[in-house]
Amino acid sequence: MLKARFGDAVVELQSEGFSPAFVVVAPAAVRDVARFLADDPALSFDSLMSLSGVDYKDRLAVAYHLHSLAHRHAVGLKAFLPTESPELPTVDDVWPAANFHEREAFDLFGIVFTGSKDLRRILLPEDWEGHPLRKDYKYPDFYHGIKV
Amino acid sequence: MTARPEALPTQEMTINMGPQHPSTHGVLRVILTTDGEVVTRAVPDIGYLHRALPDIGYLHRALEKIGERVTYAQFMPFTDRLDYLAAMNCNCAWAWAVEKLAKIEVPERAEFLRVIVCELNRISSHLIAFGSYTADMGAFTPFLYAIRERERVNDLFEMICGNRLTYNYARIGGVSGDAPPGFLEKTKEFLDYFEPKIDEYNNLISYNKIFVHRLANVAVVPAAEAVAYGLTGPNLRGSGVSFDLRKDEPYSVYPKFDFKVCVGTGERGTLGDCFDRYMVRINEMRESVKIVRQALAMIPEGPVLAKVPRVFKPPVGEVYVRTECPRGETGIYAISDGSTNAFRLKIRTGSFVTMNIFEKITKGLMIADIVAVIGSFDIILPEIDR
Repeated sequence: MLKARFGDAVVELQSEGFSPAFVVVAPAAVRDVARFLADDPALSFDSLMSLSGVDYKDRLAVAYHLHSLAHRHAVGLKAFLPTESPELPTVDDVWPAANFHEREAFDLFGIVFTGSKDLRRILLPEDWEGHPLRKDYKYPDFYHGIKV
Repeated sequence: MTARPEALPTQEMTINMGPQHPSTHGVLRVILTTDGEVVTRAVPDIGYLHRALPDIGYLHRALEKIGERVTYAQFMPFTDRLDYLAAMNCNCAWAWAVEKLAKIEVPERAEFLRVIVCELNRISSHLIAFGSYTADMGAFTPFLYAIRERERVNDLFEMICGNRLTYNYARIGGVSGDAPPGFLEKTKEFLDYFEPKIDEYNNLISYNKIFVHRLANVAVVPAAEAVAYGLTGPNLRGSGVSFDLRKDEPYSVYPKFDFKVCVGTGERGTLGDCFDRYMVRINEMRESVKIVRQALAMIPEGPVLAKVPRVFKPPVGEVYVRTECPRGETGIYAISDGSTNAFRLKIRTGSFVTMNIFEKITKGLMIADIVAVIGSFDIILPEIDR
């Protein structure tokens, strides 16, 4: 159904070993697909349960876990991003719940959500260097001259 | 902003507020912008605990990073620190997630014991929510009552797992040990003692005129907004949405029990106000008593721990497991790359998501109402900072 509507933007379906199954979409299409999943009456995924950044070493990913209160079904949405300049559109206007999750993914993975109203670090200090949940993150010895 | 006479110049003021609630110890700062006594903006500043360093030995730091560095079984004690007022629930959430990932069968007696401790922990967690909330509102006695009752739950937990705070009872594949002799009887004694107390609390404080006035119609979260912002648990149900993972996406042995999902009814004000969220927790304690009673009556004999190797490798895959913790949905997103450690672990917690709506609903409230709002959400900081 998504394939018919969005064509090549829907890359693949990850279902074997995945619970719930993931629909992999092109990063640029995330917001449109999200809007469709939320608004289509047969799907109406009205709640974003979780949004997580993932570092697959050769590339990054953002995994969205969606749930529908009306139909009681769930699905995953995933977008793969290049490690160098990870960018994808925000979904905080589709699900306001996305805001904190996106800030967290930005903080810990350095993923930029374009169009976000309020993309700031959330857990770490504003001037912290690096993104700690990246697999290649090097632990700093000092922060503002304080040994950490 | 309201129009005011020229002769009376006022200016906005920025106030740093908090910590004030016992579970916001030292780490939740709310930056208030006030116009007189009215709050024009309240921005929560979180994240003082999280330093993303693999320093083991501090209370709670960078749990997700640690989760990638230790084996699945070794991560169990860290989940206690995720929500120290409901460690049993967090333990079990982790166990259920890993068991699903690694396809481990759990003996039924273990699942019953898990449900018993989880529901007891829900009672003791809601007791703290109730007690500290009334203390926030200026009534001290109910706080002492709540602590008194919680001590009895702690006695039970000490009996079954040896701890009074960071309980650690669940294991991957079951629980650490069978209930010691006398535990099930003592649990029943506690329920008999505790159940009438709920009415006592209601008589003492719940319908007290001042208390109701502080809570009713304050910080109303309409149902649609609660869903859109991803609220879960009592905060969602307070808005009148009947959704409880124990009932609607049943896991473990919950389908065997008869209980009802408590929702807000707009009893003393508008649906979804602070009073509704408060009342949902009071009513949920009664339902938990009901569940534990049934579990005690139905618990089967048998082993309590499946044969699981100390270090095991789940097949490659990803799971997202949702469980109903006292502060809402605790979702564990775990990715296995087939090694002994999780490749990626994301812990989605109720308190973290709840704070997202905080700024929106506190606009235009009085300063004293901010205290009521934080208490009504029953947040806990290690869940936010993880």
